[in-house]
Amino acid sequence: MDKDKVSLLTKLLETYGPSGNENLVREVIFNEINQYVDEIKTDRLGNLIAIKRGSGKKIMIAAHMDEIGVIITGIDENGYLRFANIGGVSPYVSLGQRVMFCDGLQGVVHMEHLEDIKQLKLEKMYIDIGAINREDALSKVNIGDSACFYKPFVQMGEAFVSKAMDDRIGCFIAIEALKQIKNSPNEIYFVFTVQEEIGLRGAKTSAFGIDPDVGISVDITDTGDTPKAKHMAVKMGSGPAIKIKDNYLLSHPAVKQLMIDTAKEHQIPYQLEVLEFGGTDSGAIHLTRGGVPSGVLSIPCRYAHTPCEMVSIKDVENSIKLLTKILEKEILI
Amino acid sequence: MLLKKLTEASGVSGNEKEVREMIIEEIKDYVDEIKIDSLGNLIAIKKGSAGYPKIMLAAHMDETGLMVKSIDENGFIKFYTVGGIDDRILISKVVSIGKDKVRGVIGAKAIHLQEPDERNKTLKHKQLYIDIGAKSKAEAEKLVSLGDYVTFFSDYVEFGDQLVKAKALDDRIGCAILIEILKYRYSSTIAAVFTVQEEIGLRGAGPAAYSLNPDIAVIVEGTTCHDVTDIDEPNFATRLGAGPALSIMDNASYYNKNILNRIIETAKKENIPYQLRQTTMGGTDAGSIHLAREGILCAGIAVPCRYIHSPISVMSKKDFEGCSNLVKAFLESIREEEFING
Amino acid sequence: MRLEEVLSCLVESSGVSGYEHTVSEIIETYLKDLCDDVRKDRLGNVIGYKKGFGQHPIKIMLAAHMDEIGLMVKGIDKNGFIKVTNIGGLDQRILLAQEVIVHGKKDLFGVIGAKPPHLQTVEEIKETVKMDDLLIDVGLSKAEAENFITIGDTITIPQKMIRLQNEIVSAKALDDRAGIATMLQCLIELSKMKHACDIYVVATVQEEVGTRGAIVSTYQIEPDIGIAVDVGFAATPELPKDEVMELGKGPGISFGGNIHPKIHQQFIKIAKEYNIPYQIELSPRMSGTDAQSMQISQAGVATGVISIPLRYMHTTVETADMKDIKNAGKLLSAFILSLNDENLEEFLCF
Repeated sequence: MDKDKVSLLTKLLETYGPSGNENLVREVIFNEINQYVDEIKTDRLGNLIAIKRGSGKKIMIAAHMDEIGVIITGIDENGYLRFANIGGVSPYVSLGQRVMFCDGLQGVVHMEHLEDIKQLKLEKMYIDIGAINREDALSKVNIGDSACFYKPFVQMGEAFVSKAMDDRIGCFIAIEALKQIKNSPNEIYFVFTVQEEIGLRGAKTSAFGIDPDVGISVDITDTGDTPKAKHMAVKMGSGPAIKIKDNYLLSHPAVKQLMIDTAKEHQIPYQLEVLEFGGTDSGAIHLTRGGVPSGVLSIPCRYAHTPCEMVSIKDVENSIKLLTKILEKEILI
Repeated sequence: MLLKKLTEASGVSGNEKEVREMIIEEIKDYVDEIKIDSLGNLIAIKKGSAGYPKIMLAAHMDETGLMVKSIDENGFIKFYTVGGIDDRILISKVVSIGKDKVRGVIGAKAIHLQEPDERNKTLKHKQLYIDIGAKSKAEAEKLVSLGDYVTFFSDYVEFGDQLVKAKALDDRIGCAILIEILKYRYSSTIAAVFTVQEEIGLRGAGPAAYSLNPDIAVIVEGTTCHDVTDIDEPNFATRLGAGPALSIMDNASYYNKNILNRIIETAKKENIPYQLRQTTMGGTDAGSIHLAREGILCAGIAVPCRYIHSPISVMSKKDFEGCSNLVKAFLESIREEEFING
Repeated sequence: MRLEEVLSCLVESSGVSGYEHTVSEIIETYLKDLCDDVRKDRLGNVIGYKKGFGQHPIKIMLAAHMDEIGLMVKGIDKNGFIKVTNIGGLDQRILLAQEVIVHGKKDLFGVIGAKPPHLQTVEEIKETVKMDDLLIDVGLSKAEAENFITIGDTITIPQKMIRLQNEIVSAKALDDRAGIATMLQCLIELSKMKHACDIYVVATVQEEVGTRGAIVSTYQIEPDIGIAVDVGFAATPELPKDEVMELGKGPGISFGGNIHPKIHQQFIKIAKEYNIPYQIELSPRMSGTDAQSMQISQAGVATGVISIPLRYMHTTVETADMKDIKNAGKLLSAFILSLNDENLEEFLCF
C-alpha cells in the first residue's frame, strides 16, 4: 500500500473519537473527501453525509467514526479517576492499558486489590493521570470527559495493527472507494456514522433522513483462525467477508448475491461470514421506514475491541476494490 | 399540594389514566391544545413566537408496581411485577389494588416458624402473595380481578431537613415540574409530553417525539441516588441536596453537550446549584426521543431520589425547587434562532 | 381445503427467519383467493389487502409471523460434518438425535448425532450438549458436501404434523403458522360478509429474531389498529397454573401495556356476544409478539394481541387444539365486523 494511503489510515486510526465525541474524526474525513463529492453535510446527531449524485438507485454506504472508550464518572480525593465504559470494553483487556483524552492527556488503567482476578470489573478499576490530588486532577479533566485507548499504529508483516481499526478501517475503505469510483450510475450516500458502538444510533437516524434503496455497511468482523478459537469460518488474509448474518441482521439475499457476483466477476477473493454475536450499522439501516435491503462488507479482524486490532493489508486492498466495483455497477435491487 | 396529589395517585405502567386525568385538570386552563395519542401519552402545547424553537419537555406518568396474576382457592392473590422492582422490598408492605383501591398486605412467614437459614434467602415475588382478608376465592373475586394493577400504599410525608418521602417520585416529580412550567408563557413553543410506559421500556416517548418532531427535547426525571454513608465517589450516582442532576450519558443515550453546556451556563447565571449525574446506569425517555426520525438532540435534568422504585423514595425540596427553577430559567434564556433544528 | 390441511401444509414447509421464501409462496397462493391484492415488500413480508365498504375506512392490520426458528450452516469440517448456529431462540437440548434437512443447492437429509453412551463419562452425560459441539452428518465427504452446501444455508427439522386425540395436533412451527392459519380462517369467515374496515393481512418475516418484519410493514401500512396473532403458553404439569392458558378453552385475549384497553374490552364483548370461548392472557410488560413493534410505529398504533394456546413452544412437537385456532379466526372476523369509521375516534379514546 502506498505511503500516502498508509499515512491517511494512520491519521484516522490515531485520532481521538469515542462514541459521542466524533468531532475530530469527522474533521479529518471532511478534509479528505470534500473535493471528491457533490454535497457534504453533518446531520443533527453528528453523522457526516457525503453525496455523489447519480440518476440511479440511492445506495447508502455506512462506516462508523466512533470507537469504544471510557467516560469519567468520578474523581477521588487523591486525583484518581473512576470510569464507566463507552461501548463494549472488557475489564481484562483494559487492565494496564493507556487511555487518551481529547487534548492528548494520557492515563494508566489499573485495579483495586482483588483476592481473585475473576472478580475484576470496571467498577473496581481506576485511571491514574499522575495527578497529586483532586484539585490537580480537576485542572486537567472533568467528570463527563471521555477517553479512548492509546496505541500507536504499527505494521507487522503483512498486517496493520492499531486501536480503533473498528471501524476507522471501514472509514478508510469507504474514503478510498469514494476517491476511486469512476462513473457510477447510482446515487451514493457515504455516511460516516456516530454512536455505532453504543447502539447503532447514528445509522438509525441518518438512514431515516436519506431513505435509501439499498444499504451496505463496511465494518470489521471476527475471525476463527487463532489458536483454539471458537469455531468461525472467516480467516484473516482470505479476502473481504460478505456477511450472511449477525445478531442484528439477516443480510438481504439480493445484496449478498450482488456482492458475491461482483467479487467473482473481478476475481476478488471473498469469504462468507456467519457471526454469532454483535451487529453493525446495517442492523439499524435495514429496519428504517418501510425496510431497506441491506448487507455488510466485513474486514476480517483479529483481537477486536482490544487496542491491538489486526487486519491483513491484502484484505483491506481487496475490500476497497470490491466496494468500488460494487458501486460502479448499476444496482437494481 | 400538587406533588402530594400526584404521588398518591395510582398509575402503574400501562394504566396511567388516573394520573393523566389529574394532570389534565391542572393544566387545561393554561395551555392552547391538549391531546391524547393512541398509547395514552398526554400532549399539551403552548404556542410561542415565530423564530423560536419548538421544545419538547418530557416527564413520565407511570410508576413501577404489580399486576394481579391469580386468586387461589383461599382468596390469596398472586402477582406479577411491572417495571424494575427489587423483590426484596415487597415483604411486609401495604398495597392498593385496582380502581377501588382495595387494601391488601404482602406478608411473610413469622420468624418463629422459620428455619435458621431461611432468613438469608430472598423471597422471589413468585413466592409472595397479597392478602386482602377475603375468606374465599369467590369473595376475593367480587373485589379484585385478574389484571388489576397494584400500587404500594404510601402517603406523602415531609420530614427531616426539607425532605419528602413518597412513592412514585420517579417521575411524578417531572410531572409536577412540567405542570408548573406550563403556567407561564415562553418565546419558544412548548410541547409538554406526559409519557406512558417509560418504566417498561421507554415506550410512549418515541411515538410522541415522532409526531411532534421538536427542535430539541428536555427530559425531567427523578433519578437514582445512593449517597448514604461509606459510599465512595462516584458510586452514589447523585447526592441529595446538591441540586438538580444533569445527564451526560446513560444506558440509553449520549446527551447533547451543547444543550448541557447551555443549561450549566444558565445554572451559573441564576445561582442555581447543580450536579452532574455520575453514573451511566439507568435510562430515560431521551433514549427513544433522540432516535426519532432524523434524530432529536436531548438534555436530561433530574431530581435525585434515594430508594427509588420503592414506596419510600426520598427527595429534597431544595433539589426539586432548584430543578423547577433551572428548567424554567433555561426556557426563558433561549434566544431567537437558537436551537432551531437542533 | 379444510383448515387442518392448510395448517399441515404450512407447518411442513420450511421458512427459517430471513429465508421464508418457501412458506411465503404457499401463503401468497392462499391469500390470492381471499384478498383483492397481494404483494411482497422489500424484506419479504407478504401483505394481503381486502377493501372495506366504509366511506373513510378504518385500516386494520393483522400480523402473524411466517418465520420459524431453525439452524444455519456456519462451516463444514474436514470430515464433511456440518457446524451450525441457531437462528432464533432454539433450545439446543431438542437437537440431539434429530433428523434434519439442510436446504442447500438441493435439500439434503442429515442427522444430528451424539457420542454413544458407551463412550461418555458420567459428567458428560449430565451436561447438555453445546451448540458449538454439535455436528450434522449428511453422509458426504467435505468435497462432496461443498458441492451442495454453503455457509449460510438454513436447516430445519422435517417433522410431519401429527394428529393426537380430540382435534389436538402436534408439529414444528405452530409458532406461528397457527397464527397464519387463524388469519386465513378469519378471511374465510369474512369472505361472504361486508366489512367497513380496510383489512391488511400480513404474514411477517423475522419475528423470531426481533419482530423485524413487523417494524417495516407497520411503517408502510400506517394502520389505525394492529392485531398480532401469535401463540401463547398453555398448561402442562410442571408449569405454574396461574401463568398459562389451557388448551381447548379458546384463544387468549391479552391484557397489559402493549394492548389498547378499548381493544381488549371489545374482544371480550364480541366473544361473549358470539359465544366464542376465550381466556385472558396477562402481559404485564411486553407481549413478546409483533404487537411490540406495531404499537410504537411512527406516531403510535392502537394494538391488541390474540394468542393461540400452545404447549412445548420452540420444540418440534409444539401442540395446539384446532378448535382454538378456529375460534380465534371467528373472534377476529367478528371483531373486524364490529368496527366502522363512525365510531373509531370514540372507540380508541382514552
